[in-house]
Amino acid sequence: MEEQHFPLSLEGDDVPMVRFMGVTKRYGDLTVLDALDLDVADNETIAIIGPSGSGKTTVLRMLMVLETIDEGIIYVDGKPLTHMEKNGRLVRASSSYIRRMRSNIGMVFQQFNLFPHMTALENCMEAPVQVLGMSRDEARQRAGDLLEMVGLEDKMDQYPARLSGGQQQRVAIARALAMRPKIMLFDEVTSALDPELVGEVTNVIRKLTDEHSLTMIMVTHQMGFAREISDRICFFYEGKIAEQGPPDQLFDNPHNERTAAFLSAVNEAD
Amino acid sequence: MLTYFEFIQEYFPALLKGTVVTLEQTALGILVAVLVAVTMASMKMAPFFAIRWFGIAYIEVFRGTSLLVQMYWIFFVLPLFGITLEKFTAGFLAVGLNLGAYGAELVRGGIQAVPRGQYEAAVALGFSPFTRMRRIIFPQALLKMLPPWGNLLIELLKATALVALISVTDLMFMSKQINSTTFMSAQAFGTALIIYYIIARLIVTPGMRGLENRLARKLSIG
Repeated sequence: MEEQHFPLSLEGDDVPMVRFMGVTKRYGDLTVLDALDLDVADNETIAIIGPSGSGKTTVLRMLMVLETIDEGIIYVDGKPLTHMEKNGRLVRASSSYIRRMRSNIGMVFQQFNLFPHMTALENCMEAPVQVLGMSRDEARQRAGDLLEMVGLEDKMDQYPARLSGGQQQRVAIARALAMRPKIMLFDEVTSALDPELVGEVTNVIRKLTDEHSLTMIMVTHQMGFAREISDRICFFYEGKIAEQGPPDQLFDNPHNERTAAFLSAVNEAD
Repeated sequence: MLTYFEFIQEYFPALLKGTVVTLEQTALGILVAVLVAVTMASMKMAPFFAIRWFGIAYIEVFRGTSLLVQMYWIFFVLPLFGITLEKFTAGFLAVGLNLGAYGAELVRGGIQAVPRGQYEAAVALGFSPFTRMRRIIFPQALLKMLPPWGNLLIELLKATALVALISVTDLMFMSKQINSTTFMSAQAFGTALIIYYIIARLIVTPGMRGLENRLARKLSIG
């Protein structure tokens, strides 16, 4: 098998939290990710920007293993995610191995995807109880703390249908954090929100970068927000990183003409 | 000639006995149908071809052929293979196995109607497939599938009339008996019609609606 030349695990002093090596994803004839290499360091916040169809969201979905991988390999915290070791070789990961590795990663979706039949509190308790086997009391305590952190201590017993989009998205962030992930993925988390509700969600994310040691990868269309909180910006074009760098450099002085064209189109739209 | 009032007075006990048997056949038929529906729907959605194939074949066979013929098979043909069932058992089993095939499609439809994002959120939170189904997907699917199940259960109630043909002493059987001794066909079968209608409208439909309301409140979707 082709995956054999990839290392069984990553060793050394500067093992990245996330490493994509030659990751390719195709849907039929369409190549969504084209031999992508990407490292994200521990505690780093990166923003992925680019035109729609450039593979931005696919990066997050591959990392959450919501999509299968066609070529290449992904490592999380030095260990393979999409593959596992068997008799000294890498083979496709089993579903239980993937489930174990996934527990390092939390994800927040564009459409919130809260469980409609559970209150805000129950949404945040469900996975710790069912997946981690935590006691209900402990899970309630943790869920309550997190909902307080996102500013929803007075909405704990509300069902999602009774919450605004911004409130739902904050519950979704708390729900993902309740699993204590090392990596948080934000997939266009403000795109489905009314403009006046965007701020309450970005404030929570800002707070996370300030107060928690998390590795964060966000796909976003909000250039100002990306610039403000990211350590690095990756501009995607046709399934590849066309350009990446510190926010100031990439926004003020893009080297790649596609980046420049994209940024000026976005600026005009604003 | 008896007046209708006298007819009812005379044959009320027999009709009541038949009604009780019809209710028993219906209740047990529902139990079988629900079990079959959930099992076959799960099989039809299974990741393994052989299991999926079995679910598909079951649904095709039981939906695609006559309930009466299936019942005759269970009651008259299975004994030739060494499986002999009481007529009472054969009756509700046939009804349940048949209507369960329709129910399986309702279960599958309900589960597939739960938005894809719910699966993905559950996967991202690390739920095992079984827990994901039990805690996240099925409760939402159940609410979506209850209204069509209400229709199906009324169909099931009416289908139990066929068990009279293998001499289960249900409401239909009793009506036929009364008809053959009195020749008061209009009264005998007319009363049976009314009783079936009453069970459907006053027990099955309100029962399902109550269940739906309770579930909706409990799941607080609305």
